[in-house]
Amino acid sequence: MSQLINSVLVLLVLTGFMLLGSSRLAACIRVVAFQGVLLGLLAILMQHGELTVTGVLLPLSTAVVKGLLLPWLLFRAMREAETVREIEPLIGYNLSIIAGSAALVIALWLGQRLRLPTEPPSSLLVPAALFTGLTAMIVIVSRRKALTQVLGYLALENSIYAFGTAIALRLPVLVELGILLDVFVGVFVMGIAIFHISREFEHIDTDKFAAPTNQPR
Amino acid sequence: MIKLLVLIPACAGIVAFFVGSDRIRRGLLISAAVAHTVLSLATWVVAPEPAMGAWLAEDPLGRLIETLTSLLFLAVSLYAVAYLREERSQPHSDFEEGFIFSNAREASFTGCLLLFLAAMTLVAVSQQLALLWVAIEATTLASAPLIYFHRHHRSLEATWKYLLICSVGIALALLGIFFLAVAGTDPDGSSIGLMMQDLRLNAHHLNVPWFKAAFVLLLVGYGTKMGLAPFHVWLPDAHSEAPSVASALLSGALLNCAFLGILRAQEISVAAGLADFSGRLLLIFGLLSMAVAAVFISGQTDYKRMLAYSSVEHMGILAVGVGLGGAAVFGAVLHVINHSLTKAMLFLVAGNLLAVYRTKNTGGIAGALSVMPVSGALWLLGLFAITGSPPFGPFLSEFTILKAALDQGQTLVALVYLAILAVILAAMAAPALAMVQGMPSEHVVPARSRSAALNVVPAMLGIVVFVLGVYVPPVLTRALRQAAHLLG
Amino acid sequence: MISGSVVPLIVALAGAPLMQGVIIRTKSVIAGRTGQPLMQPYRDLWKLLHKGAVYSQTTSWIFRIGPVVGLASLLLALALMPFGGFPALSAFSGDVILLAYLMALGRFLTVLAALDTGSSFEGMGASREVTFSALAEPALFLSLAALARETGRISIGPLLTAVSWSVWAHAAPMLGLTLAALVIVFLAENARIPVDDPATHLELTMIHEVMVLDHGGPDFAMIQYGATLKMWLFATIIVAVAAPWHSGNRWIDTAIGLAGMLILAIATGVIESSMARLRLLRVPQLLLVAIVLSALAVAL
Repeated sequence: MSQLINSVLVLLVLTGFMLLGSSRLAACIRVVAFQGVLLGLLAILMQHGELTVTGVLLPLSTAVVKGLLLPWLLFRAMREAETVREIEPLIGYNLSIIAGSAALVIALWLGQRLRLPTEPPSSLLVPAALFTGLTAMIVIVSRRKALTQVLGYLALENSIYAFGTAIALRLPVLVELGILLDVFVGVFVMGIAIFHISREFEHIDTDKFAAPTNQPR
Repeated sequence: MIKLLVLIPACAGIVAFFVGSDRIRRGLLISAAVAHTVLSLATWVVAPEPAMGAWLAEDPLGRLIETLTSLLFLAVSLYAVAYLREERSQPHSDFEEGFIFSNAREASFTGCLLLFLAAMTLVAVSQQLALLWVAIEATTLASAPLIYFHRHHRSLEATWKYLLICSVGIALALLGIFFLAVAGTDPDGSSIGLMMQDLRLNAHHLNVPWFKAAFVLLLVGYGTKMGLAPFHVWLPDAHSEAPSVASALLSGALLNCAFLGILRAQEISVAAGLADFSGRLLLIFGLLSMAVAAVFISGQTDYKRMLAYSSVEHMGILAVGVGLGGAAVFGAVLHVINHSLTKAMLFLVAGNLLAVYRTKNTGGIAGALSVMPVSGALWLLGLFAITGSPPFGPFLSEFTILKAALDQGQTLVALVYLAILAVILAAMAAPALAMVQGMPSEHVVPARSRSAALNVVPAMLGIVVFVLGVYVPPVLTRALRQAAHLLG
Repeated sequence: MISGSVVPLIVALAGAPLMQGVIIRTKSVIAGRTGQPLMQPYRDLWKLLHKGAVYSQTTSWIFRIGPVVGLASLLLALALMPFGGFPALSAFSGDVILLAYLMALGRFLTVLAALDTGSSFEGMGASREVTFSALAEPALFLSLAALARETGRISIGPLLTAVSWSVWAHAAPMLGLTLAALVIVFLAENARIPVDDPATHLELTMIHEVMVLDHGGPDFAMIQYGATLKMWLFATIIVAVAAPWHSGNRWIDTAIGLAGMLILAIATGVIESSMARLRLLRVPQLLLVAIVLSALAVAL
């Protein structure tokens, strides 16, 4: 069981790197979707074999929403925005991956410092969660396209969810559903906003928002 | 009863999306607001029972903020009905760049307004911190469409910034809540949980490093939503591009709800004996916010942005008050009320000015007193009120905070506080005077033809602010003291 | 020091060109052709040895010793490698580092020889080769470090024989990452697609071939043979990590090892046929990925 959890966590870290290094928008969306599925799997594995109905249903719904629904929304936004499908980051891909490596080091160091009161099944849990959060922040800060900022937000939520499973937080069902609903509606609203942005600006580069419009509408 | 407080606006909001007739919808808005206010006032007389296993309950602080939100919403919705009627009848050409834009569907605006109220009420009555988080995130999502009422690129940019920055900030606050849960967990697995009453009782059992990290994250996360510097960057854009109805609610009610999140954390911190640590952080961010606001208000030519930065300043004052502790907390809680009422009034009046003068530039407006006497007078008096002049409400609360600072021996803090307030007074008074006096400048829409409600509502708010400046009713004082007691 | 068996060295010397032949044959078959015979690389070497060499007047003695030192360093490196059940010819503590640096020495001399010609093409190839190697070497080192940490040996012979299925059982993620990194390094160091196309005729797209463009005759034979030996060396490491069967009987283990090399050669041919060469700008990213994978393996 510990091996399985370790493998899932290693995959989670790899998805973080993939998010930083991908140049195609579609690839990034799939990576974040895969993260959501991995997290659902992690939540089920962390139950230590005692599977209850809610214990399985909640991670399953999380995996479905984050792995299927949200990517579908984002793909629709991407298509309707008719945007250039390539990410144009502010700090090239090599530098992003190096920043990701630095983030990994920081996450491992922090994982050593922050001792959880109850020993987690794998020593990689807290570092993996923190790493995903740090890469999410790197993505939000260093990407121009509005869609990638949404992906960064999703990755941040994923990392916090991962941390939640790491500390084996037993939140009431209602709250978990509330958080999931928040994320879903949040991405939904952001998707609509992106659609409006693409219609208004004819691109979704947040860098170029402040440029003066060159013709009256 | 508490459930009704949340459900009435929520259901009304959902229904409003589907109602076709404008008149019925506006009627729905007003009736929902009235019902909500009646219920809120009723909670002062008859204490409501906790609902949902004590997740929803009213404590003094929550009740105060909830009633304030409700009253403010009632006033704003009365104004909104007249505002929406005016918006219908005018062509929409942008004042700054001249292009034609359209407005959003009025149904979605009204619906989002009501859902916004429901979410804010949920924030005020939540006793479970994770539910509080869900509610605050819901307020972000409900209020974003409100900012995008006027459909053009500037408001879209403002909406996007608002959505993204606040969502990211609130995500960090979620991490803070998880850290808090860890802080309350023993090695054997039993945990204090996330209910406020449990946390208050067992605060001294909390793991200190984890709690400190949790507090920092909650402060950063909810501080982003509240408008503390340096996380305030979404605020000027959002509050100035939104229609004045939305700005009034954002500044007057939403910032308070975000502040409530921080206040809950502060309650726990005080109960855990870490008031020094959290107080110092609040003080730093508060003074920083005030300083940043002062810098950006000086020389500001857009009067709505000026009001937005003033909100940043006042949030800073609130943080300073709570950070100082003791008597300053009373002043801070009183200031919540004063600031909300005054800022809402100012934003509504600004909406009037904008509609008549068709410009957001302070230099473009002159002679407001002669063109629109009520609004002009309210604008002048309101700006004096918000900068802390007697005999208005904010003066009392700001003075209380100042006095507490001096009593505690924090003379440096008091001096910086006073200096910044003085700078802001000078920076805001000059344009205000120029705007109301002098020969009337060009205005397109004759002011007399506009609906009376557009003037009456801000006037009512102004009268309340004035009254609070000279007389604080004992009921209120008692409530404030109860609320402040929890915060040290 | 010479304590082990000479069998791995003999197998390597004999079998390395055959491995190249298998790769070329696989690519041809996938492309729909019959392709050259499996033994063709041997015939090519034989042919080259009988040719004369032409040395440009701009070159110096470096140009002549480049291929020699390259081959010599690879032979020494092969002396450190085990194969199948047979231990390495020479093994001592810390020879992992010697291994890496012998290969670096060979590469260094090849680059020097390329620069010695004074031609800009070779210089271009040399700079590319050095850039990619600078990124591939940390990945190699980190992978070996991860393996060393897991097995507790820092001599390449014992290290590779220590990897077994029980090690996989309790450190699977780490070994998986190490294997992935090693495969990428294998493709990079041996100038395979997606890093470099060994069959390209366009000088602008060459990386490795252009460095050795000016060598002819026996020198070129030494270079070609050295390249096959390098491939064999990396392949040994990969097969030892990926298919760590230890049955106890040396000959069976050697047979398993040979089968593994064959499979790896066919797999390389398949990879080369199914991918296009990466843009030059993307190769550093691929190598960075290898570094990250191996760093992660060390961290686990």
